[in-house]
Amino acid sequence: MVYLSYYEPGKHSSESHIIEMEKDLEKARAANKTLPPGNYAHLGYLYFQTGQLDKALAAFQNEKTIFPESTIYMDRLIAQIKK
Amino acid sequence: MTSTITRCALLFLITLLVGCAASKGPDKTALRQSKPRSIVVLPPLNNSPDVRASYSFMSTVTFPLSELGYYVFPVALVDQTFKENGLPDPGEMHQVPLKKLAEIFGADAALYITVDRYGAEYQILNSSIIVAARAKLIDTRSGDLLWEGEASASSSESNSGNSGSLLDMLIVSLIQQVINSAGNQGHAVARMTSARLLTLKPGGLLYGPRSPLFGTD
Repeated sequence: MVYLSYYEPGKHSSESHIIEMEKDLEKARAANKTLPPGNYAHLGYLYFQTGQLDKALAAFQNEKTIFPESTIYMDRLIAQIKK
Repeated sequence: MTSTITRCALLFLITLLVGCAASKGPDKTALRQSKPRSIVVLPPLNNSPDVRASYSFMSTVTFPLSELGYYVFPVALVDQTFKENGLPDPGEMHQVPLKKLAEIFGADAALYITVDRYGAEYQILNSSIIVAARAKLIDTRSGDLLWEGEASASSSESNSGNSGSLLDMLIVSLIQQVINSAGNQGHAVARMTSARLLTLKPGGLLYGPRSPLFGTD
């Protein structure tokens, strides 16, 4: 998905990317599986791109909660949105 | 007397053997001591003629690294952060001081990848898609080299020499994907290269702190 969004941006809009990622997250949650790192952060970025700032903040916060290793970077992104 | 000589000879032999065993394989001491928890993957340098190589390869590394137990910063987001800070291409991103990487991302280590080959290479009778890459893992605080390695994969690989290991099985399933992929086959081969490059052995990485096997290898 990440790769396709780089090379076929027309065919893979942020909106369709969001829908696919939300589906994946739902599936992972239902199966009680741990999510791969960066998943929420990437989704947060897509929300940001499409102007859904509240959802973006929540996603970055989620990434931070699940992966405390991301705290410094996520706080930076959160501060950027709040500016 | 004879027994003393025998004992001495035996001791010497053991020392020799132990010495040999210890010097085999690359040194993982730096990686073991540094214990990086998080890795920022910089968009790879591309020496191949295919412009897609860099971002194609970049998107294949999160999976094997996180499987090993490392936190991997979201690669597309990291790329965006560099671009927003006036660094449009991987060459410039690789010049960013380690201190800055630690400050901006909070990353314990940085992975610098170079893609050397990516795409179709024609031989006399047939062509195959080859992806070759090398990588260096650097500690962002000390600047120490923690690990380096290289790997390649080809679409013409057959399922031979299969030892039944997990990695082999993964590679075989990836070969299947190459055959079945209608689009960019290079990307599917890149996944194989990545799986081989970022693995435990030989000469590979160690389990990361998120793995239940961390510290056992």
